[in-house]
Amino acid sequence: MLKYIAKRLVMAAVTIFTVATLTFLLMNMIPGGPFNAEKALTPQAKAALEAKYGLDKPLSERYVTYMKGALRLDFGDSLKQRGRTVMSIITTKFPVSAKVALIGVAVAICIGVPLGCISALNRGKIIDNVIIVGATCGIAIPGFVVCTVMLYVFGVYLKILPTMGLSTAANYVMPVIGIAFYPTAYITRLMRSSMLDVLGQDYIRTAKAKGLSQVVQLFKHAMRNAILPVVTYVGPMLAYVLTGSFIVEKIFTVPGLGGEFIKCIQGQDYPVIMGTTIFLATIMVLMNVLVDVVYTIIDPRIKLK
Amino acid sequence: MKKKMLALLLVVAMLATCLMACGGNDAPAGDDAAAKSQLVVQIGGDPETIDPALNSASDGGNMILHLFEGLLTVSQDEKLQPGCADLPEISDDGLTWTFKLKEGLKWSDGSDLTAEDFVYSWKRVCDPAVAAPYGETVLGMVKGFKEGPDALAVTAVDATTLVVELANPCTYFGDLAAFATLSPVQKATIEANGDAWATDAATYVSNGPFRLKEFVMGSHILMEKNEHYWNADAIKIDELKWLLTADANAAYAAYKSGEAKVIKDVPTEEVPSLLGQADFHVEEIIGTYYISLNLNEECLKDVRVRKALSLSIDREHVANTVMQGTYSPAYNFMGPGWTDANGEEFMNKEYISKDFEANLAEAKQLLADAGYPGGEGFPVIEYMFNPDGYHQPVGEYLQQAWKELGLTVELKTVDWSQFTPTRRSGDYMIARNGWVGDYTDASNQIELLYSSNGNNDGKYNNPEFDKAMDESRATADGDIRTAALHKAEDIIMEDVACIPLAYYNDFWLQDEDLQGTWHSPRGYWYFMFAEPMAE
Repeated sequence: MLKYIAKRLVMAAVTIFTVATLTFLLMNMIPGGPFNAEKALTPQAKAALEAKYGLDKPLSERYVTYMKGALRLDFGDSLKQRGRTVMSIITTKFPVSAKVALIGVAVAICIGVPLGCISALNRGKIIDNVIIVGATCGIAIPGFVVCTVMLYVFGVYLKILPTMGLSTAANYVMPVIGIAFYPTAYITRLMRSSMLDVLGQDYIRTAKAKGLSQVVQLFKHAMRNAILPVVTYVGPMLAYVLTGSFIVEKIFTVPGLGGEFIKCIQGQDYPVIMGTTIFLATIMVLMNVLVDVVYTIIDPRIKLK
Repeated sequence: MKKKMLALLLVVAMLATCLMACGGNDAPAGDDAAAKSQLVVQIGGDPETIDPALNSASDGGNMILHLFEGLLTVSQDEKLQPGCADLPEISDDGLTWTFKLKEGLKWSDGSDLTAEDFVYSWKRVCDPAVAAPYGETVLGMVKGFKEGPDALAVTAVDATTLVVELANPCTYFGDLAAFATLSPVQKATIEANGDAWATDAATYVSNGPFRLKEFVMGSHILMEKNEHYWNADAIKIDELKWLLTADANAAYAAYKSGEAKVIKDVPTEEVPSLLGQADFHVEEIIGTYYISLNLNEECLKDVRVRKALSLSIDREHVANTVMQGTYSPAYNFMGPGWTDANGEEFMNKEYISKDFEANLAEAKQLLADAGYPGGEGFPVIEYMFNPDGYHQPVGEYLQQAWKELGLTVELKTVDWSQFTPTRRSGDYMIARNGWVGDYTDASNQIELLYSSNGNNDGKYNNPEFDKAMDESRATADGDIRTAALHKAEDIIMEDVACIPLAYYNDFWLQDEDLQGTWHSPRGYWYFMFAEPMAE
């Protein structure tokens, strides 16, 4: 087990290194530069800025300098937001994204899993149909539509929820729903189909025949197997929303990392692009390792080699 | 039935837990805020910086204007007035400017602010290691600028007297003394914190009407009244909060819900229905949306061709229909709001007739005279723009307008990242262009066409024009200077050195009950003297 984890971590490091190298090369291939503006900077000012940030050096030298810094977790200074280090941008913005995302994922699991179970247990009945139709709508309606409709209904017309920022608990309601909307629907469907699958298996029939109560049947026997697909999905999904849902952050003016990620690419703020990409790649890779480990705990049939 | 109940119970329990989790997350930010009068506004997203020396953007400049005060300030009627110092004494040759500071000036942390602080701040702006983008614009005329900060001829004679020696006359140096870049900054905090001083309220020391209380990137900037400001009695609101979003729909929602009282980013699709509404404002700012003609192109070298291209544009239609009334038609390169050396309105005439039908007829004649009757034999025009804002609709309009002359226009979109470098390198035929002034002195825009100017994208080169500009730069006499600038203006307009299309406007939504604020043609909003609003 430990050997497996160690192996996965080494592979993770290689992946992250590759991502970092590719990003470094690609972003420097984009024409233009961070000091582009309608008004030309004077050549002296531009030269001074380039000298200050080492952009006057050849690419290979910059790459080596950057990678050495990155190993020490020093991602450099933002070129656009003068005075801020990349690390300070990540450490102030990521917790904001993470907070909203974790609540969103929790909501999605807490609603999606029970709904899926209810639906499966009531297969073919009205309640099942209602849930299925609801879940299908949830998958079909894009997040930005949901967010915009909520914004106009609750923020602008009814004026019962604040539309911007995260200063009070009420501010979280709309962004969290925005983030949880699609995963909830997806988890519901996933849970329903896998639960139906499991409920039809022999060992559940055995459990029933043994006279086990419905609760034990459901939670001790069926759930552990039925939830596997959900775990598979939740891992990468968590990484995805943790790294900031750009659309939700933009619509509700949430000061998270997702918006920053887009902004730095548009502004060609090289150090921020590198820093956020490496950071997000790390989360993504670690989350996948974590999911693999969690499998073995949930499903004893899976053996790590 | 039992299992249904059970499942339902489970749902309720899980929901309750997660709702509790979010409820406990954040307490409302200070209940005492309710008692304070707060004005909430939106003029853009995250400012790149609010360090006066490093800023080059209008949103950052607008915030700095509320946090700092320079030697001079600009009044509501756009006149220079005393700020930290009285109006300066200027020597007869226009080269020595003496500023007398007010007694007892304080920083927002309560420490003394003296003429030495200005010396430090200005030398910082001139320091190549600081790389201030506006360094040369605001201090390039000061003696010793080229030799670096130690040589910069700015001296504190005593605690309240600052003397500036210029290398050549600059009648608008007073404007620059009121410009955000030359605000005083505190040496102590900068030496202790480096460039990061301006990113955190704890280390941000200023000297203006407000001081920084919170700076949450992507969310808001909160300023509170600075009790150490010499004119603090005139500041009526306790707090000024800037929502940081560049998303027009988010800003509009905040305005509609009453969270924000002023928003600058209005969704363009809402503009037609907002025009004419009492809370929707459109005001001219100094700046012109124009078309650069690459004068190295053979077919554009004939002035008759350039004039034909200019006259065949219905500017009224461009400004009011294509640009939805958010711009004003431009019949001159220099629009309203620019000032001459004496601080008076620079614009005194319009060069292009408003009679579009007659213009079009003249354009057709001119093109024929130039050897292209009905556009025959003229190469295909390539019009380059970046696909943002109104640039695409304007391009499509030009395609249609020049078709009237028998010319074929191909539209070439180039992404923003490549657009300005491409235009600057002269790798285009005709391109959109635009300029918004830094300060109101007319030279700021006319000099764009100076042969060696870095923004002379059309590569216009007329020795007569350069001569007139040189003349305006060499004199300390306001009248001579103004005459020289008007002469330069005549030359570029006769030459059709570029094609002005429309004057820039700022348009914004502002709650009708908000009193005491104003908007300047320099593109700034003045919120400091706002009256508190009844809730």
